Amino acid sequence: MKLEKKKKPSPAISTSSLPDIVFMLLFFFMVTTVLRETDLKVKVVVPQATEIQKLEKKSLVSYIYIGSPTESYRGKFGTAPRIQLNDAFASPNQVVEFIEKERAARAEAEVPLMTTSIKADKEAKMGIVTDVKQELRKCNALKLNYSSSKRAEVYN
Amino acid sequence: MRRGRGTPEVNAGSMADIAFLLLIFFLVTTTIDTDKGIAIRLPPMPEENQPENDIRIKERNVLKVLVNANDQLLVNGELLSVKDLKRRTKEFIDNPRKDPNLSESPTKAIISLKNDRGTSYNIYITVHNELKAAYNELREAKAMGDFGKSFDKLNESQQNEIKDYYRQVISEAEPENVAGA
Repeated sequence: MKLEKKKKPSPAISTSSLPDIVFMLLFFFMVTTVLRETDLKVKVVVPQATEIQKLEKKSLVSYIYIGSPTESYRGKFGTAPRIQLNDAFASPNQVVEFIEKERAARAEAEVPLMTTSIKADKEAKMGIVTDVKQELRKCNALKLNYSSSKRAEVYN
Repeated sequence: MRRGRGTPEVNAGSMADIAFLLLIFFLVTTTIDTDKGIAIRLPPMPEENQPENDIRIKERNVLKVLVNANDQLLVNGELLSVKDLKRRTKEFIDNPRKDPNLSESPTKAIISLKNDRGTSYNIYITVHNELKAAYNELREAKAMGDFGKSFDKLNESQQNEIKDYYRQVISEAEPENVAGA
C-alpha cells in the first residue's frame, strides 16, 4: 500500500469551492445586517420577568420603543425618555397614526391578530407608558406585550 | 471532436456546498431571538355616553395594589415588599382558611392595579409579573391536584376548566393625573 501511494504525485488542493465559501460569508453578513430593521435611537434595556410568553407571529407585531435618547441624540432631545416609532422620535398622539399605518400594511383578516409590543427601558416612568397605552386603547389595538427578558431566580 | 470521448459525468461535488449554503441561509433568516414578554389585553376604551358602570363588587373580593412614585407597594392599605406580593396574592385568591377579609372564591377574586405616573416601568413589570406568577402557580397546583399532570400537559378543555376556576382578572385603574415625578 505504502509503495503504491508514493508513486502517485500529490494532487493540487482544489480551490473550486472557494467561491462558495466566499458566497456563504457574503450571505451571512448580508442576512445578519438585515436583521436590524429599525435604527434604535433610544436606549432600551428591557426589564426582567419570569412569566413571559413568546410572541407567535413576528410579522404581525408592531414595535413601540420607549427610552432615553442615545448619546448622539442627547444634545438635541435631552435625556428624558421618548417614544420611537419606526425610525423617528414621536409624541404619544402619533401612536394612533402609526397603528393605522401598520394595519393598512396587513391583510384585513390578520388585523385582529396584530399585537403591539412595547419595548420600554426599565428606567422609564409609567407616565409615558400610560400615555401610549391610552392611545392604543383609542384605536382599539388591545393586544399588548411588554417586552421583557427572562429572569432566572423567582421570588419565593 | 469531443464527442468521441463520451459525455463526462456531471460533477456533483459542489452539491454539498450548495446545500450547506441553503441550510445556512434558512438558519439565519429564521430569527433566533424571538420577542418575549408579558402579554396583556387592554380593556376597550369606555364609550363617551356610556352609563356609569354600576356593578357592585364586594370589598373583600378586591385586592387593591397601589404602586406610588417611589416604587413602594401598598396592598389593601398596608405597605408590602414586592417579594411578598405573590404569597399575599395567592392567599387572597385561594383563601384556604376562609378568612372573611379575603376573597369569597377564586372566581370572584379581582385584582386592581393602580400606579402613579412617576412609577418606574421596571417595578410595574415586576408587580405584573408577580401577580401573573401567583395565578400560574395556583393553576399549576390545581392541575396537579385534579388531573395529576402539569398544566401545560393538559388538554384544552381541562386547561379551560382550570382557567375558569382561577380566572385571571387584573384590572388596571383608569389613569389619573395625580402627582407625577
